[in-house]
Amino acid sequence: MNMILEIKELHASVIDDTLKNGLKPILKGVNLSIPVGETHVIMGPNGSGKSSLSYVLSGHPSYKVTSGSVTFKNQNLLKMSPDERAAAGLFLAFQSPVELPGVNNANFLRTAVNSVRKARGESELDAVSFLKLARQLAKNLSFPADMLKRNVNVGFSGGEKKRNEVLQMSLLQPSFAILDETDSGLDIDALRIVAEGVNSLQSPSFSSLIITHHQRLLDYIKPDYIHILAKGRIIFIGGPELSLQLEKEGYARFLGEVNE
Amino acid sequence: MNKPVQNQALLKQLKIDAYKWGFETDIEMDILPKGLNEDIIRSISARKSEPNWMLEWRLKSYRLWLTMEPPQWGKVAHPEIDYQDLHYYAAPKKIKGPKSLDEVDPELLKTYAKLGISLREQEILAGVEKTENKDVVPVAIDAVFDSVSIATTFKVTLAKAGVVFCSISEAIQNYPEMIQKYLGSVVPQGDNYYAALNSAVFTDGSFVYIPKGVKCPMELSTYFRINAKNTGQFERTLIIADDRATVSYLEGCTAPQRDENQLHAAVVELVAMEDTFIKYSTVQNWYPGDKDGNGGIYNFVTKRGACRGARSRISWTQVETGSAITWKYPSCILQGESSIGEFYSVAVTNGHQQADTGTKMIHIGANTRSTILAKTISAGNSDSTYRGLVRMLPNARNSRNFTECDSLLIGNHCGAHTVPYIESKNSTAKIEHEATTSKISEEQLFYCQQRGLTKEAAIGLIVNGFCKDVLKELPMEFAVEAQQLLQISLEGSVG
Repeated sequence: MNMILEIKELHASVIDDTLKNGLKPILKGVNLSIPVGETHVIMGPNGSGKSSLSYVLSGHPSYKVTSGSVTFKNQNLLKMSPDERAAAGLFLAFQSPVELPGVNNANFLRTAVNSVRKARGESELDAVSFLKLARQLAKNLSFPADMLKRNVNVGFSGGEKKRNEVLQMSLLQPSFAILDETDSGLDIDALRIVAEGVNSLQSPSFSSLIITHHQRLLDYIKPDYIHILAKGRIIFIGGPELSLQLEKEGYARFLGEVNE
Repeated sequence: MNKPVQNQALLKQLKIDAYKWGFETDIEMDILPKGLNEDIIRSISARKSEPNWMLEWRLKSYRLWLTMEPPQWGKVAHPEIDYQDLHYYAAPKKIKGPKSLDEVDPELLKTYAKLGISLREQEILAGVEKTENKDVVPVAIDAVFDSVSIATTFKVTLAKAGVVFCSISEAIQNYPEMIQKYLGSVVPQGDNYYAALNSAVFTDGSFVYIPKGVKCPMELSTYFRINAKNTGQFERTLIIADDRATVSYLEGCTAPQRDENQLHAAVVELVAMEDTFIKYSTVQNWYPGDKDGNGGIYNFVTKRGACRGARSRISWTQVETGSAITWKYPSCILQGESSIGEFYSVAVTNGHQQADTGTKMIHIGANTRSTILAKTISAGNSDSTYRGLVRMLPNARNSRNFTECDSLLIGNHCGAHTVPYIESKNSTAKIEHEATTSKISEEQLFYCQQRGLTKEAAIGLIVNGFCKDVLKELPMEFAVEAQQLLQISLEGSVG
């Protein structure tokens, strides 16, 4: 099978200067493969390393990979800088997007889109055609028009920030998206809109990794597999029905089987 | 003007290390021997065939300078300057007052083309502009190479409007009464150590006179270039706006890359009569020194504008990215009733640069207003200080000042300081001061990188966002250049 992402025995630590050796191990041997075109979900208790996994995959400078490998589209992902990973088609929808004071949202989005297009050998979008596209996509996400004029995430509500992440994803057209709790803090209507935004990207060549705590997102987005991440490792893989079981029973039954 | 476009292309070609204007032009020079004394001053004056009153003025300044001490209050550190170890006059040999561009040494024209300003093209553009091309804003340029103004463009067009735009040397010959009346009237000879030195040895600079009721038909610009070794550059600029006149003036500067420090001590004087507007913009990009702090320009400049008439307005906008040391406080004396002073500044320091810069707003007349918007960006091991004075005098009834100082830090080894001086002798005056300090966080950079921007592009975007309130005050064609300059100046500022 053609894999978009293959993670093998991945060990990674967060850089922590308060510790003796400066490293706090988080991921302790993650194995995960995602075939092209599939949607995989990661669930797991708080502090199990879900967000850390998304940061390691996107190249956050606070993390250090200590062993293992990650292959993305047959390339060594760990050798690439964060912007190279973005250009290669990897997108991370942040759990808590940062604010960029003074940076106009439309200008930021256009710079991002054109950086990625340029890196992919595509022509850059001029301001007019970009704005036309951005306005249309914003409308699909029920995004008020003035959001494009405001500064990136500054003064955005939690829901607006999440929608801004999905808007960026729609504009950047990644081939692989990681959604880190994009559904958290959304009301029912916003959840549906965000899910539709994700679904609109679905194609045989689009794959995704969705980190969530809630079964309800999966009412809108149909996953191929659900993985349980606990204590820095994938401890169980199940089908779409696993989320319903977890909703009912919690993680206790699965955690009992894991040794530290 | 097509300068930004040219520069863009130029920058792409010259993807070398940080300072892209560090080349040297090989040209035959007429240089006076090193050292400063009355004979040198007499020689400078004689080289320029100056009238006797000018020579006397210089000598008086020199004698004042001898009695003065360099200022010590700035937060900058440098070894003592040996004023006897500098050349005070250097001029390209072949040109003695060129009548047209055809008489200018082609090497010089090449130098300016390399810097992104093609004087010849500027002249051609004058014709183009009349036909179709609406994108091109004509700019008249006075180019100063080391000590001498080499060419002033658009003289004919400007003369039609009654505008005088020439080198100060020419003005001394052709408009002696104006020079005698206004030179030193805003920055007196003995104002400060560097101003006194400049008054004694200044070699060239620009002179502008906008007559009553005239709106200057184009941007005026001076481009300064230090080329010769061990040469101080002391230019003198005088701009006079008569009643109801309007003018926008741009100043740009670069210098070759050298190991030793070079001194630049300029004086700029602006005189604004009734109902006038003078907009003075600077993009300063003198060589800042290498990454270890060797070499670079000492930029010790006195800039001051006098709002003499009622409702006059002077606006200073500066983007300071270069120089090893910057010591500069463009100021406004708000004498005329309801006059307005503005200061918009972006000061970027990287590597081992030091900047102590700000402004002085002296409110003398009633209902005067001033606005100060200062943005300071420090990176690398640099140190930057905003120093500003707001003074309300007893007659400045109902006058107001608003000051905002924002500092942005990049990395952990730089410093930013804000030193406001506020003096009010009038109870009806209102003074506001706001200040913030922030830092570009790793999270912000990562967020941008995750969206496909390189780290450098991310810093550029955040810095431009931080500065945009100032950048938008620049004439459009300069704003684009300034944005690129900011980005280049900060290259390599993070690991």
